Amino acid sequence: MSKSVALTFALLVASVASVAWANEPPEIHLVIRGHRFVPTELKVPANTKIKLIVVNQDATPEEFESHELNREKVVTGGGTIPVYVGPLRPGRYPFFGDFHADTAQGALLAQ
Amino acid sequence: MVAIWILVFREVLEAAMIVSIVAAATRGVAGRWRWIGSGIGLGCAGAAIVAAGAERLAAAMSGMGQEWFNAGVLLAATAMIGWHVVWMARHGKQLAMDAGRFGDDVSAGRRPLTALMVVVALAVLREGSEVVLFGYGMFAGGSSSGGLWTGGLLGVLSGAAAGAAMYAGLLRIPMRHFFRATNGLLILLAAGLAAAAAGFLNQADVLPTLANPLWDSSWLLTDDAWLGRTLHALIGYTAQPTGMQVSFYVAVVGLLSGGARLAAPRRESISAVPTPST
Repeated sequence: MSKSVALTFALLVASVASVAWANEPPEIHLVIRGHRFVPTELKVPANTKIKLIVVNQDATPEEFESHELNREKVVTGGGTIPVYVGPLRPGRYPFFGDFHADTAQGALLAQ
Repeated sequence: MVAIWILVFREVLEAAMIVSIVAAATRGVAGRWRWIGSGIGLGCAGAAIVAAGAERLAAAMSGMGQEWFNAGVLLAATAMIGWHVVWMARHGKQLAMDAGRFGDDVSAGRRPLTALMVVVALAVLREGSEVVLFGYGMFAGGSSSGGLWTGGLLGVLSGAAAGAAMYAGLLRIPMRHFFRATNGLLILLAAGLAAAAAGFLNQADVLPTLANPLWDSSWLLTDDAWLGRTLHALIGYTAQPTGMQVSFYVAVVGLLSGGARLAAPRRESISAVPTPST
């Protein structure tokens, strides 16, 4: 009796976990280093919601901004921020660092 | 130094446009510059606090603290403008009539001033916190403090000048249309702020976009162009708004115009002064 209860419980946990995992968008990392984005062109899956993880390896703050993506978020020096993006139609979506716009330029390539 | 000047100018411009509309909309109310000045001062203090707490804010709400905070600040400003617009619709005609004898109505004028002072403070807080963070970054990154202060000061002065120019332009609206025009501008301002809030709630993945984007008018006017930025600050122009942003915009315009119309007193004509029969 207890074995079937344990099995049912395990199946329940597994199904809940798989649903939870299915709902979490894929994480894609973007690094800020020397007031530049690394990589400058970042390939991402199209038509999928993604979670961009922007890691600021500089000591000073930067503002991740994009008109095409409709996103604007500050990341403090040494900080990491999540930015939900998409679902994006296939194409090129430029973004920039507003605090160092002369060097901090990049783009998402949705394909 | 020029890069600092331009960035500070951009942020100050946004706040200055709001201040100029508020200043025009409160024309004739005694002591309003003191209220506006207090709003700016409070906003600056708030900006420093927000910038100082930026890291903690970013980490809050599962990493969406900034989005929630920005949306909250913007919606609070929308509500304050809404309250002012409806209040002015009810009492404004009276104030316009007495636009010379404001001594009696100072207490009557004071209530909408509080709401608008909060609007100014919130605008300065939002834009100011970015300036503080940027300035701190420049300073910590080893920029010459001379260049930093000069660029920053020039940015503030040019932004203020742009605001003064907008204010002077607004004052040229003929008196008979003036308060209706400034009311209309306030409604569009409120709608723009609400649409920006919707944008942050989209960004936080809390509200669906409905369409992303609903249209793309960057062929006509980009977000980057100076006119684009000015229109963004005044009426919330965005080249690629989501469907949710447009919904918020239309809803606020509808709510506030409707509310103002309902609140307006029955008596239509201001100039209907009974002439003595001869």
